[in-house]
Amino acid sequence: MSVVNKTLVAVAGFAVMSAAHANVLVKVDGSSTVYPVTEAVAEDFQKAQKGAVKVTVGISGTGGGFKKFCRGETDISNASRPILKKEMEECAKLGIKYYELPVAFDALTVVVNPKSKINQLTVEQLKKMWEPAAQGKVSNWNQVDASFPDAPLKLFGAGSDSGTFDYFTEAVTGKAKSSRGDYTASEDDNVLVQGVSRDVNALGYFGYAYYYENKAKLKAVAIVNSKGKAVLPSEQTVIDGSYNPMARPIFIYVNEKSLERPEVRQFVEFYMKNGPKLASEVKYVPLPAKAYQGNLEHLAKKKLGTVFGGDAEVGVTIEELMSREAKM
Amino acid sequence: MKANELDQIRSVIKTNKRADLIFALAGFLALMVGVMAFVTLFGEMLANGWERINPDFFSNFPSRRAANAGILSAWVGSLLVMLVTALSAIPLGIAAGVYLEEYAPKNWMTDLIEINVTNLAGVPSIVYGLLALGVFVYTFGFGQSILTAGLTLGLLILPVVIVSTREALRAIPIHIREGAYGVGATQWQVVSDHLVPYATPGIMTGVIIGMSRAIGETAPIITIGALTFIAFLPPSPITDTAPFLNFEWLFSGFTVMPIQMFNWTSRPEEAFQQNAAAAGLILVLMTLMMNAIAIWLRYRLRKSISW
Repeated sequence: MSVVNKTLVAVAGFAVMSAAHANVLVKVDGSSTVYPVTEAVAEDFQKAQKGAVKVTVGISGTGGGFKKFCRGETDISNASRPILKKEMEECAKLGIKYYELPVAFDALTVVVNPKSKINQLTVEQLKKMWEPAAQGKVSNWNQVDASFPDAPLKLFGAGSDSGTFDYFTEAVTGKAKSSRGDYTASEDDNVLVQGVSRDVNALGYFGYAYYYENKAKLKAVAIVNSKGKAVLPSEQTVIDGSYNPMARPIFIYVNEKSLERPEVRQFVEFYMKNGPKLASEVKYVPLPAKAYQGNLEHLAKKKLGTVFGGDAEVGVTIEELMSREAKM
Repeated sequence: MKANELDQIRSVIKTNKRADLIFALAGFLALMVGVMAFVTLFGEMLANGWERINPDFFSNFPSRRAANAGILSAWVGSLLVMLVTALSAIPLGIAAGVYLEEYAPKNWMTDLIEINVTNLAGVPSIVYGLLALGVFVYTFGFGQSILTAGLTLGLLILPVVIVSTREALRAIPIHIREGAYGVGATQWQVVSDHLVPYATPGIMTGVIIGMSRAIGETAPIITIGALTFIAFLPPSPITDTAPFLNFEWLFSGFTVMPIQMFNWTSRPEEAFQQNAAAAGLILVLMTLMMNAIAIWLRYRLRKSISW
């Protein structure tokens, strides 16, 4: 069994590197969209605490995250959409109560190739391209609008498991998950970036961060908002609410019981204090400062539950969101 | 012999030699398809990731800043998971293989088990992940830990170890068994003193293949709940107070190299793609190193066999 002995020696070798450990642990899991923000907060928080508190962040999707959260396995759940009725019931079964804290905006960005003549689109036009009825029928730009060029329409979008897909379909077709199926779908946004940047006739959508990092290869399309004005996504247009309905808030859900532990409370407070700076660093749009302050007040006042009542909603302004009554 | 007969023979020889050459060429081309694919991939990872490989890359935890991000938690996690995998799959696999080959009665029940073991080797890895989620994580309460991951991958490579153990045992000349029984050895003595030592090189080959597959697995590890951001190491297995050994690390959360890579490839920033390439490079080197150790061991063991 010399194999075993040798491996044991090897393990002992690097084991020395791991310092004496503390068992103070904050567990976060959930959406991959919220992940970059929470990761940044976790990284800085651990540095600030000098290793006294450990934070782990997993990616199992908004839905997968809520499953674990409602079983009491995690302290905090990252969510790119509000908690749904079914998930609320799951949580209620085990008596898990929670705080719903918006932490940043994600601006869904509709992009085309830089050589494309398209500069702005209405939600109605997007609907013509993406609704299920368009499947196999709408395949040319001029079918969307007579003024558009006579060129094949190549669509790129999120895979059906992502919160991005849910939100985009809800915002465009009015019903979550209702989309045509004959387009290039990928869970990996970099694939979509490549696709659109190589095809003059392509159109795609994904989170703002991916557009921002690839500005040279893509052109963002201005979206005509509810007031009839064509607006490009940017930090300013998202915060003032004019970039609608494509901007959505993203959340963390905090288990009420967990929050009683000092390390979880410190982490959440650190999140609210450093959230704005860190969110913009990872190319998300931070909420107005009032909102983070409001979150802390909600914690102090024990404002438990969700303000959405278990339904998906599009285009809610942050002010409205903060002032609504929460329900369990 | 008449001249035209000689010519006939010559032409037959010529045709056969040509067939020989054609096969050799085809074989060489077939080999090159695999080798070139690997060389191309490896070369691309090398070109993209080379700059990122420095001591800091190994000693840093993941970070939102690509330049500061490292693979410490990932490579330590991968090694620990592989350790549990090896310690669980190798003894179990060898024992099961030896039983099936040497002890089990030859009947339909054994045949059924045999077919199933062979089929298990082809089950998609995600299925093992789902099984492990139900059994190890929830029923046994091991949680989303190194232990769960190691055992899951152990199960995954178990069929490979069993099948290779049986093949290796079958390759041992029957005289060895007969000779040993002839001088009055019991079955256990035959197995432990002769068969298993002689079969070890063959078994090692199976272990190498299995472990190389396991270290690159992502799907089952994600299913059981491996973490993506973890900026600390599991507790040390060696402590400075008695009993000097500590098994808490088995229950620690973890991440592994393929998950770290996957996370980096899906980032918007270009710089993270470099990190992913570098991590891929390290993962390939880890696999090569693991194989090198196993091949070296196999070589030493083969030398010590004297029939």
